Amino acid sequence: MENQMFEILRYGIYGGSISLILIGLYAALTKRSLIKIVIGLSIVDGGIHLLLIAIGYVKNGTAPIFSPGFENAVDRMVDPVPQALVLTAIVIGFAVTAVALSLVIRLYRHHHTLEIDEIKNLKW
Amino acid sequence: MFIILVFFLIILMVGAAIYAIVQKDLLYAVIATGVISLILSALFLLLQAPDVALTEAAIGVALTTIIFIITIRNTVRHEDDFKDRDDLKSAVK
Amino acid sequence: MKKLIVILLLAVTGYFLVDSFMDLGRTGPVVETGVKDFYLDKTVSELKVANTITSIVVNFRGFDTLGEVTVLFLAATALGGILYKRRHHVGERSVLFPSSPIVRAGSKLLFPAIVLLGVYVFIHGHLSPGGGFQGGTIIATGFLLMLLAYDNFSVSHNVLSFIESFAGIFFVLFGFAGMWAGGTFLENFLPVGTMNNLFSGGIIPIVYILVGFKVAAELTGLIYTVLHEKES
Repeated sequence: MENQMFEILRYGIYGGSISLILIGLYAALTKRSLIKIVIGLSIVDGGIHLLLIAIGYVKNGTAPIFSPGFENAVDRMVDPVPQALVLTAIVIGFAVTAVALSLVIRLYRHHHTLEIDEIKNLKW
Repeated sequence: MFIILVFFLIILMVGAAIYAIVQKDLLYAVIATGVISLILSALFLLLQAPDVALTEAAIGVALTTIIFIITIRNTVRHEDDFKDRDDLKSAVK
Repeated sequence: MKKLIVILLLAVTGYFLVDSFMDLGRTGPVVETGVKDFYLDKTVSELKVANTITSIVVNFRGFDTLGEVTVLFLAATALGGILYKRRHHVGERSVLFPSSPIVRAGSKLLFPAIVLLGVYVFIHGHLSPGGGFQGGTIIATGFLLMLLAYDNFSVSHNVLSFIESFAGIFFVLFGFAGMWAGGTFLENFLPVGTMNNLFSGGIIPIVYILVGFKVAAELTGLIYTVLHEKES
């Protein structure tokens, strides 16, 4: 029973994060407004972070912190490696978003539009 | 109880993502992405990743949202409706 | 037509994602490589640090962290370069509407508390959830609040770049000191102390405090640059 509940939980989180990734990719591929594309990419970011954290989760897990009272809970601790990776990935994702948005501002200043179809310098 | 809470948050998150994609007003879309980040940080906390939850709460909710808002303020607020323009072009032809 | 192609493409991608991830971790933990046990074991036995994530970020993967703060620095630099123009309006905020007295008084009251929370988070990074990245971003949100509430609040770019380069240089110096004392970059060369004390963990708290200062300075500078962007 408990195992079944855990399976359902895992499927739910994986499904949610994968659908988040697909929604973000859809926006990045079909939308024509540059800001919408950046929004889609940041949604993809969030989905990937959730997927990585969910991979490291174990049943009835606790955080990998040896506070007083949790010294003997090593078996129940969740995997700390994806958490460390996601911690750095979030900060890098913010830097990438900031640079992308500054490029958007710069493009708007030159072309006075945000439609990627009207910015003809990108075509060849 | 835990599993119900997690499922509720996931449904809310996917709904916010769809709203952020279909909304034409970019300011509303950006606020929806902020909501996605907030729910993500709650999910990280439930999945026993408090460090990641702290980072996501500070960066995703505050800093990313404000940078998007400043960009929208410096450019345009509404995503143009391209469908109407295509109809207009075909009508002119 | 284009949307149809994209939906088909995403359906194929989603099928393979679901197919590969739904089988993972059907029994027990997902990846059984022993890396997790190694890290958990070494964190308690050698480093005496309570928070395993801190020990991974600062010690086991410290070189990664150095690269990451370098990427942040490069992003802040690139942002300044991309948004550069001849500054006619130095000191003018792009968000120029005046805020109400309630907002001003409230943010003045909250600002020291937010900065104190950030400092607490990165000083106690090896004992409780938190650390340099979290504390740095919390301090940056405090500065963001003040910048939005007050028109004339300004931070000096000289002070920011001084803090940033100071923290970066000392990070690298601590890494080379580990090489000189132990043999590898960022090797622990200070006594580790007892577990769950504030002064424990050797160089880990020191390096994480430096990372906190560096991240706070970089993010504050980044936000300051973007906030002073004005439609010309």
